[in-house]
Amino acid sequence: MNITKTLDAKGLACPMPIVKTKKAIDAIKSGEVLEVVVTDKGALNDIPAWAKSGGHTVLEQKTEEDVLYFYIQKA
Amino acid sequence: MTVYKWTAAEVARKVIDKEELFILDVRNHDAFEDWKIEGHKFEYLNIPYFELIDGVEEILPKLPTDKEVLVVCAKEGSSVMVAEMLSEAGREVAYLEGGMKSWSSYLEPIKVSDLENGGEIYQFVRLGKGCLSYMVISEGEAAIIDAVRFTDVFTNFAKEKGVEIKHVFDTHLHADHISGGRHIAAATGATYYLPPKDATEVVFDYTPLTDGLNIKIGASQIDVNAFYSPGHTIGSTSFIIDNQFLLTGDILFIDSIGRPDLAGLAEDWVDDLRETLYSRYRELAEDLVVLPAHFMIIDELNEDGTVARRLGDLFKENHGLNIEDEDEFRRTVTDHLPPQPNAYQQIRQVNMGKITPDNDEQTEMEIGPNRCAVR
Repeated sequence: MNITKTLDAKGLACPMPIVKTKKAIDAIKSGEVLEVVVTDKGALNDIPAWAKSGGHTVLEQKTEEDVLYFYIQKA
Repeated sequence: MTVYKWTAAEVARKVIDKEELFILDVRNHDAFEDWKIEGHKFEYLNIPYFELIDGVEEILPKLPTDKEVLVVCAKEGSSVMVAEMLSEAGREVAYLEGGMKSWSSYLEPIKVSDLENGGEIYQFVRLGKGCLSYMVISEGEAAIIDAVRFTDVFTNFAKEKGVEIKHVFDTHLHADHISGGRHIAAATGATYYLPPKDATEVVFDYTPLTDGLNIKIGASQIDVNAFYSPGHTIGSTSFIIDNQFLLTGDILFIDSIGRPDLAGLAEDWVDDLRETLYSRYRELAEDLVVLPAHFMIIDELNEDGTVARRLGDLFKENHGLNIEDEDEFRRTVTDHLPPQPNAYQQIRQVNMGKITPDNDEQTEMEIGPNRCAVR
């Protein structure tokens, strides 16, 4: 997986992780991959739901010691 | 326009007083479908906050201008964002302080009745989760039944009333919410009781709650009688208080009955459930007023916000008490059960004292409705 850009949203509370993820996605090209790193547990459901509503694909997500990683391919 | 901040207590008042309210819930659709703020006259619009980041213009026509609008999210942050955007668009709205997290924690104490010789019985209604706790007070003393984990609410209430908490009971080992029982007992020096059959795995000391146990509360000697009533769990025990009230725990609710599967033993316990509901309860006086440990739907609330109904009326009206055929009863309570409560296995572990999560983790575990019943 080729990561185009990484967004560090650790320590941010809802809604900021999604607000920043949206901005970051707007700034990359279709097909490129954004890595999002968050600690807010709300992201677990919200990022996939947001991605789906915008047609983006979550290629992979994982949790390592309370830190969540998402890999989102822009539609 | 001004953005108002409402507390869970203010929203609870609107539920109990059957007021109108328009709720704009900005959590994702799954979370909303699973669990929301229920009110008799509430209307809802569910649009996830992440669909509103670019603007709220599209939803403006869907929001009433002749009704109060409350924006709700999981913890508060997103509802503040959306409320401010609506305010900039010229709408007057409020957001819920602390979001669904604070809604889940809020307890409204309501007096159910006076008891003999100056005693009183209070019901603590946890609207967001459907949990009901009880405090029986009589001159100088109090007993608490099925306390939820917000122990301050109970200890402060006792202080206000000038009573000492002497006895704390759990009708069974809860699977849908974390009990505050033994923590209240530890903080006040009260005795903590739990049915021994539910307590085989607990790692703390407790006093056995067994059939026929009788406690007198305060100067007026209010009678608290334990009545073994298994079926939701093998240890489930009811209470008869002042010969007037029947506290049924999670065995019998107003519009439903307890489910026998939350400890993994539905097939084993279905006969106990049948026996309790169709024989043991049948022998009790029909004029006893049933006070359950949960409600499932808002229609179960009375005019004053309490959840209480005459036992005789439930024998007539509650579907779960009117399934004559035993096989049909068995199928009803073991097949097609609703999903289990969120994190119910972990919650049981917490209530056994085996794990000790921090406050945030406890809040996460208790997200969602209680789901202890079958209809």
